[in-house]
Amino acid sequence: MLDYVTSYLSSNTTPGQAGNVLWVLIYILVVFGAVSVAVMAMNWLERKALAHFQIRLGPMRVGPHGLLQPIADAIKLLTKEDIVPAEADKFVFWIAPLIILCASFTVYIVVPFGPTHAITDLNIGILFMLGVSSLSVLGVVMAGWASNSHYPLIGALRSSAQMVSYEVAMGMTVVSAVLMTSLNKTGTGTLSMIGIVQAQQSQQIWFLFKFFPLGLIAFAIFAIAMVAETNRAPFDLPEAESELTAGFHTEYSGLRWSLFMLGEYAAMIAVSSIAVTLWLGGWLRPFPNTLTGGAWDLVFSLVPGLLFIALAVIAFVGVVRMPKHPYFRIQTIGLAGFGAVLGLIGLILFAPPVRDRIQDIFWFTAKVAGFMYLYIWYRATFPRYRFDQLMKVGWKVLLPIAIGVLILTAVLGVLL
Amino acid sequence: MQPVATTFFFYFLSGLTLASGVLVITRKNPVHSALALIFGLLAQAGLYLMLYAPFVAGVQIILYAGGIMVLFLFVIMLVNLERSQKEEQFNKQWLVGIVAAAALGVLFVLVYMKGADLFPVRMTLPTESNNTQEIGVMLYGQYMFAFEIASLLLLVAIIGAVVMAKKRI
Repeated sequence: MLDYVTSYLSSNTTPGQAGNVLWVLIYILVVFGAVSVAVMAMNWLERKALAHFQIRLGPMRVGPHGLLQPIADAIKLLTKEDIVPAEADKFVFWIAPLIILCASFTVYIVVPFGPTHAITDLNIGILFMLGVSSLSVLGVVMAGWASNSHYPLIGALRSSAQMVSYEVAMGMTVVSAVLMTSLNKTGTGTLSMIGIVQAQQSQQIWFLFKFFPLGLIAFAIFAIAMVAETNRAPFDLPEAESELTAGFHTEYSGLRWSLFMLGEYAAMIAVSSIAVTLWLGGWLRPFPNTLTGGAWDLVFSLVPGLLFIALAVIAFVGVVRMPKHPYFRIQTIGLAGFGAVLGLIGLILFAPPVRDRIQDIFWFTAKVAGFMYLYIWYRATFPRYRFDQLMKVGWKVLLPIAIGVLILTAVLGVLL
Repeated sequence: MQPVATTFFFYFLSGLTLASGVLVITRKNPVHSALALIFGLLAQAGLYLMLYAPFVAGVQIILYAGGIMVLFLFVIMLVNLERSQKEEQFNKQWLVGIVAAAALGVLFVLVYMKGADLFPVRMTLPTESNNTQEIGVMLYGQYMFAFEIASLLLLVAIIGAVVMAKKRI
């Protein structure tokens, strides 16, 4: 038994490939927990960042700087009355949020957090991710239809049209990135997520800069299409609140509504990790080919620890700046404790064995976090598109450019 | 890697496929039928995975479950459901139905009894790790002609749809 547990640790592959059920379950639980926590953190960050974009303070009451706000929100949503409209199709109404949730969490099976840190490495990794994440449109359509109400139905129709048409452009750019993986001695590419990152490693270049500017254009199209695909601003027409109240989830409340939110944010993280894997070198640290050598390796491996120490310092600055009134005493102690935990994590990350294992996960997560910040930034910056403009951009601008990039990539790949 | 609980998953997925197939034809509400069909198609994708054909499984999910079923639902939502629910679901062609079902059943039984001779004993399966590459080589090598003909047919269908939908081109 103990042998079964420890045998994976020395196998140096993903648990799925090693065929070790126990470790697969552990990985699944860890990834599920981490994504759920990330969604909560994202929820807080979005409200906070949007508030600061608009020169407000955002949540300040629950916990220091509103840090406990997501937990309060979660409790509120769980205890809220769950209303099912009388004329709704009960079964479809019930299953729609579950479909979205399952679709957006299943894709994490193949997300490569590191060369060995993925639940499994499917041969069809990227195809699997695109396919399963496209299932969430079914959930949206069903939610809109089952509510038996006008706004949700229009929202669902818009959403399905939008998601289906942006999927095409997205697929084309993905194919051009997959073509780049075949530029090796054997001439065969790969669809496996880990294989794609390894191809970037062996070609000594992120695909973002490959065949400049082709990789960059493909990446830009994907970055636009993925925002439309996850129904986020400026493409959030399915839930355009000024026209459709809340779009396809107008009739949902309480727990079911929170499942929609959870699914949406999980899908955002998932598509961001596709972009990171395909164009930004996945788990590879920045400048792996120019800044080589032991010294640079050491410098980059210290970054995770330093980041957490910096966060701890920020927390302690917050402690010092807290009002000295007795009313704030508990908050001050809590913030100090939070800072201490962050500092402790930072110190643990400095330890050499932890440092080496955690590095790839850290770089992957950091790149994905950059994308998550971009999502908030878009939402604060761009006004919403009109629906015909959205369709025009998808079919008449993004798709032709994506096909052109694909053809040029193929031509250059043959010539060079 | 070693497959785990193969028998269980085979019966589970087959049962799911059969059950959802029955639901597709017995449900009155077309949206429920479509929902059952989606589950059936997904279970089929799982069966393809068990046959070491991950690429086919992925294409099954991305095309059928993700693409075609969305269009199905789209169309179903636009038709008048009230009327279709009142219409009769099954017609009275019992005799023809029984004959067709019996013929298919006999075929299945025959294949099951004599199937060992029909199929080659041991086919060289493409290994799972480069299944996609093997399919690509086959499609663009051995079966190039058939593949291109199929794509031409689809192109004709697309152009036909556009011509019929648009009044002025």
